[in-house]
Amino acid sequence: MSNKFEWWVGLFTALAIASILFISLRVSNFQVSSGGDQYKVYAYFDEIGGLKPRAPITMAGVVVGRVGEISLDVESFQAKVVFNMNSKYKKIPDDTSASILTAGILGEKYIGLTPGGAEEFLENEGIVSQTQSAIVLENLISKFLLNSDEEK
Amino acid sequence: MGPSGVGKTTILKLITGQEKPASGEIRVFGENIQKLNRNKLYHLRRRIGVLFQSGALLTDLNVFDNVALPLRHNTKLNERAVRDLVEMKLEAVGLLGATSLYPRELSGGMARRVSLARTLILDPELIMYDEPFVGQDPITMAVLVKLMDTVSKSLPITSIAISHDVEEILSIADYGYLLSQGKAVDSGTPEKLTQQGSEYAKQFLKGIEDGPVPFHFPNETPLKQRLLSG
Amino acid sequence: MARLSKLGSNVISLFSSLGRAQVFLWHIWSAGISFSGVVKQIYFVGVLSLPIILVSGFFVGMVLGLQGYYTLVDFGAADSLGVLVALTLTRELGPVVGAILFAGRSGSALTTEVGLMKATEQLAALELMGIDPMRFVMRPRFIAGIISLPFLVMMFVAVGVLGAWFVSVGLLGIDDGAFWSQMQAKVSWSNDVLNGLVKALIFSVVVTWLALFLGNDAIPTAEGVSGATTATVVYSSLWVLGLDFILTAMMFD
Repeated sequence: MSNKFEWWVGLFTALAIASILFISLRVSNFQVSSGGDQYKVYAYFDEIGGLKPRAPITMAGVVVGRVGEISLDVESFQAKVVFNMNSKYKKIPDDTSASILTAGILGEKYIGLTPGGAEEFLENEGIVSQTQSAIVLENLISKFLLNSDEEK
Repeated sequence: MGPSGVGKTTILKLITGQEKPASGEIRVFGENIQKLNRNKLYHLRRRIGVLFQSGALLTDLNVFDNVALPLRHNTKLNERAVRDLVEMKLEAVGLLGATSLYPRELSGGMARRVSLARTLILDPELIMYDEPFVGQDPITMAVLVKLMDTVSKSLPITSIAISHDVEEILSIADYGYLLSQGKAVDSGTPEKLTQQGSEYAKQFLKGIEDGPVPFHFPNETPLKQRLLSG
Repeated sequence: MARLSKLGSNVISLFSSLGRAQVFLWHIWSAGISFSGVVKQIYFVGVLSLPIILVSGFFVGMVLGLQGYYTLVDFGAADSLGVLVALTLTRELGPVVGAILFAGRSGSALTTEVGLMKATEQLAALELMGIDPMRFVMRPRFIAGIISLPFLVMMFVAVGVLGAWFVSVGLLGIDDGAFWSQMQAKVSWSNDVLNGLVKALIFSVVVTWLALFLGNDAIPTAEGVSGATTATVVYSSLWVLGLDFILTAMMFD
């Protein structure tokens, strides 16, 4: 009798663990985030648009890191963005440029890295000096309207 | 003894500390029961056995486990000793063959006998029966009477039985109290009660429908008046 | 005046029952550890709820998939269906629907069981045998409830996602890769999944506590027990929905 209970409760627990694993590994982006796997670089942008922490950082479309803390640098009045880079991709040229791109027309913002040709590589706590800000749709439209006014 | 609703079960609950008296104090084994803390109360209760009207067996345990329950919880005996004790008690109530049955498979009388075995398993000093004969057929009643008699005569146990089955209970009792409206109105040995008891004792013991306890519930407007008033 | 005094006595009885519920929780907590019965109770409370949880989860997932598809396809965003379903299930529907189903299936069963144990003097008999019913009856059931509901919620979510996958990839022809990768990119373990689990844990305490308390507090008659069973389902559902609002406001602001 008690064996029956134990058998079923064992199965129940196994199913629960399987579900948790499935949800962790397949449904969500569960990573054991520890400092050792990552290195940090900084980038300054004039305008970040809708960039959010945890947005992917890609190079040639491959995710190489995620956006960390975003803050305002009070001296330059630029946005200071922390890039948490995956240590697997250590050898990224230090003249690489970063731009804020949009997935689809109204999609999420993400960072695109374009490699430069330098021999030196980005180091931990290094700075990505070449950045391109987010395109803000309103600015684009007003610029377009302004141009079309001048043409007349 | 006493008619229904006279406070018999309440007395039982007072003795076990399930209910608190509005005034006065109750001493059980020399201890004031309402002054005991939870732990001491539980210890004291292990020396008291109570046989409930319904048997009160745990419905999700079989007969063996029901009887073994107090042992397993209150003592540190090993499984072997538990088994021997349980089987002895079940043999005493004649149900050794029913160990693996569940309470729903037992008749009312069998459930009460199992309950008796469970009550006796911790060798209590005081055992209380709450209406042991209610709703039983004559054979079961005879069995229960015999068991109760054996228990009280062969073991060093004080028994208190609550009942309104006059004949059966008086046949084995040493002393009886008769209750009415929350008071003990008459007491004595069975012989004294039946032969020279009060009017009330006579009515109750002989089962006469009218007497000190009236047939009619107090009624201010008689039926005739009610009918006429439309 | 009579109405006022009725209101007054209602308020007093409400507060006294709240007080009794807290004393009850304290007794369960302080009753000492007895894990012997927990496995058996997980069977009754958790395993027996499996069918309803799994079947409901699958259908809820399928419906979410269908509904989401018809809305998203107009915006050309049908690929995001996986995200929509997974977020809805992990954050809200998993814990809430899971807890309400649990209250209906297991909470009501617990109330009835405890209520009947009281009505048939089993609880009193235990007390008189020197066995604390808090320890022997309530505690294993309470622990089993707290363990079972989060487990059931996880299964509900997993099966729901599979249900949505079945509809969207199997029937509606959404790309399999897009379904999973978008989901993985947008569902955060520490935010969405963990918060959902915390909700499930809180709901499990509330529902099991209510179920056991109302059973133990029931008037020991047939009407009393059936009334307590109804009350368990009604109060559990209301508490779960109310708490869900507060928890959501706290977690995802």
